[in-house]
Amino acid sequence: MAQLLQHLINGLAAGTIYALVALGYTMVYGVLKLINFAHGDVMMVGVYMGYATALGLGRQAQSSLWGVALIFAAAMLGCALLGFFIERFAYRPLREKPRLTALITAIGISFALSYGFQLDLGFKLPLPGGHELSLALPGASPRAFPEIIRPTEWLIIGDRDVVIWNWQVISLLIALGLMLVLQYLVYQTRFGRAMRAVSWDHRVAALMGIPTDRVIALTFMLSSALAAGAGLLYAIKDTSVSPLMGLYVGLKAFVAAVIGGIGNVPGAVVGGLVLGLVEEFVVGYAASTWRDAVAFGFLILVLLVKPGGLFGRVAAEKV
Amino acid sequence: MTTARSATTVPEAGTVVPAGLKGILPVLLALPVLGLLEWLLRASPFATYLLSVMGVNIILAVSLNIVNGMTGQFSIGHAGFMAVGAYLAGFVSLMLKGMAISFLPEALSDQVFFLLALLVGGLSAALCGFLVGLPSLRLRGDYLAIVTLGFGEIIRVVVQNTDAFGRALGLSGIPQSSGVGAVYFGVFLVVLVARRIAGSSHGRSLWAIREDEVAAEAMGVDTTGYKVRSFVISSFFAGLAGGLFAHFVPIINPGSFTFVKSMEIVVMVVLGGLGSTTGAILAAIFLTLLPEGLRSLFTTLGAEGSLAQKVDQIRMPVYGLLLVALMLSRPQGLFGTKEIWDVLPKWWARRKKGTS
Repeated sequence: MAQLLQHLINGLAAGTIYALVALGYTMVYGVLKLINFAHGDVMMVGVYMGYATALGLGRQAQSSLWGVALIFAAAMLGCALLGFFIERFAYRPLREKPRLTALITAIGISFALSYGFQLDLGFKLPLPGGHELSLALPGASPRAFPEIIRPTEWLIIGDRDVVIWNWQVISLLIALGLMLVLQYLVYQTRFGRAMRAVSWDHRVAALMGIPTDRVIALTFMLSSALAAGAGLLYAIKDTSVSPLMGLYVGLKAFVAAVIGGIGNVPGAVVGGLVLGLVEEFVVGYAASTWRDAVAFGFLILVLLVKPGGLFGRVAAEKV
Repeated sequence: MTTARSATTVPEAGTVVPAGLKGILPVLLALPVLGLLEWLLRASPFATYLLSVMGVNIILAVSLNIVNGMTGQFSIGHAGFMAVGAYLAGFVSLMLKGMAISFLPEALSDQVFFLLALLVGGLSAALCGFLVGLPSLRLRGDYLAIVTLGFGEIIRVVVQNTDAFGRALGLSGIPQSSGVGAVYFGVFLVVLVARRIAGSSHGRSLWAIREDEVAAEAMGVDTTGYKVRSFVISSFFAGLAGGLFAHFVPIINPGSFTFVKSMEIVVMVVLGGLGSTTGAILAAIFLTLLPEGLRSLFTTLGAEGSLAQKVDQIRMPVYGLLLVALMLSRPQGLFGTKEIWDVLPKWWARRKKGTS
C-alpha cells in the first residue's frame, strides 16, 4: 500500500512536468494545426540557458529564492525569443503550404538544435582584461545540473515507507502556478480571446481584424517559455542536462498531448498525468527498460480506440 | 547506378522482345553485370563496404518513397522495419550456421540459406508493415506519422530486451554472405517494383490518395486497401535491406535502428523529391557519399586532423538544416514527382529514345 502511494506521488510529479511540456504542443497545434516537433529541443535549449545562468550566479546565489527566480526568468525569456525566431523564419513562410511541409521543417529544426548542441567546435572570444568568453557548445556528454533546489525530505510517512521530496512539492506548485497563469491568459484576457478565435478559424479571425500573425507569434513565445520552465523542473528532477534530452522528453510530452487529444488544454494536463503514472508503474512493478515501449504502446492503443485522443474530437474532413 | 539505369530503361526498350520474356529480361540482363561487379570489387574491402551501404540506403529510400512519396502517408518509423528484417534474417542465419543441405554443394546450400534468411526477414517486416498499415484505416496525416514513429521505437525496445537478440549487445557472428552483387540485386528488385507500381493503375490510385484522399475515396478508390498494400510492399523491402545489412556488417545492435536512422531515410526521400524513384536513388547515393567525401577532403587538406573526425558530428545538424532549407525553397524536393529523364535537357532524352 505504501509502495503504491509512493509510486502515485512519483508518477504525479513526473506527470505534471510532462503536462507542462504537453501544453506547449497543444497550444501551438491549437492555433496552427502544426505538430511542433522542435518543441522538446526548445525546452533543451532553455535548460542550457538556465544552466549557464546558474553557473554565472555562482553556488551561493543560485540556491536563494531570487537566484532560482532569475534562473527561471532567464531561461523562459531566452526561449520565448528563440520561439519567436523559429516561428518567424521557419514556420511563417510555410503557413499556406501543405501541413506535411511544416512538419518536415519542424523535424529539421529539431535535428539541427539537438545535434547542433552536441558539436564541440570550441570557439573562444578574447575579452578585455585577460578573460575569455568561451563559446564552446556543450558537447555530447550529459552534465550535472546544479542543485538550485537543495533536495530535502519534506514529508516522511511511517518508517520511510513514503517519502515526499521538497523538489517534488515545489515543482508541483510551480507547474500548477504556470497552468493557472495559462488558464487566465487563455480565458480571461484579450490576447486569449484572440488566440481562441485564431484557433477556431484563422481566416475569419483575420477578416475580423485580429492580427493573426502577432497572435501566432505570441502563442509560440508563450509555449516556448512554458517549455523552458518545464525543462528546468525536469532537470531538477533528473539532475542532468544533455543535448538529446529534448528529443526524448519532447517525444514523451508529445505522446501525452496526443493521448489527451491534441489541441485540448485540459486534455494535455490529463494526458501528462496519465503518462507519468503509467511510466512510473511500469518502472515500479515491471522492468524499467520497457518504459518507452509501454508509453508508445499506450499511445497507439488510445489512438486506435479514440483516433482524436481521450478528449479530442475528430473533425469531419471537407472535400 | 548501372542497375538503376538498366532497371528503369529496359522495360521501355522491350518492344522487340517476345512478350513472354519481357517480364524477366531485366533480371537476366542484371545478373551477369552484378556478378562481374562483385568479381571486380573482390580486392577492395572498403569500396565493397561503401557500395553495400549505399545500396542498402537506396533500397530503404526507394521503398520508403512508395509510402511517403507515392501514397502520401508520412511514415517516420522505417528503421523499425529494417530492424525487424535485420534481426530475423541474422537470427535465421545464426541458427542455420554450420548446417548444409546434403544433396547440394556447400557454396550453393549457403546461398539457399542466405536467400531463406532474407526472405524470412523481408516477410516478417512485411507482416509488421501490415500491422502498421491497419491503423491507417482510422488515422491520417500527423497521427499516422506518430503511430509509425511509436512503432519504430517499440521495435527497438523489444529488440533491446530480448535475450535471443543479444539485448543491447546485438547479434554478432552472422555469416558475411551479402556482397555487392546481392545488395544490388535487391536495389534492382525494389527499383523495378517501384517503377512498375508507379506506372500501373495501382500506382494511379496511390497518386490519387496522395493528392486528395477524400476525393479518391469518393471516386471509388479503395483507399484503405491501397494504403495497407503500399505499407506491406515498402516494409518488405525495408526488411530485405535490413537482412542484407545484417549480412555484411560485423555486428548489428539496436543502436543502428533508432529514430535517427528513420530520419536519415526520410531526408533521402524528401531531398530526392516525394514521389520520384530516381530522385530517391540519387539522394541516397549523395547522402551516403557526402560524409565520406567531406572526410577525405578534410584529410587531404591536412591541417585540421580533428575536423575529419567531426564529420559524423556535423552530419546530423546539416541534415536538419538541409530539411528546413529544402522545405522553404523547394518543398517538393529536387525532382518533385518527376524522374530524372523528365528533367534532363530535351536533346538527351531524344537521343536516348533514338537508340532504343
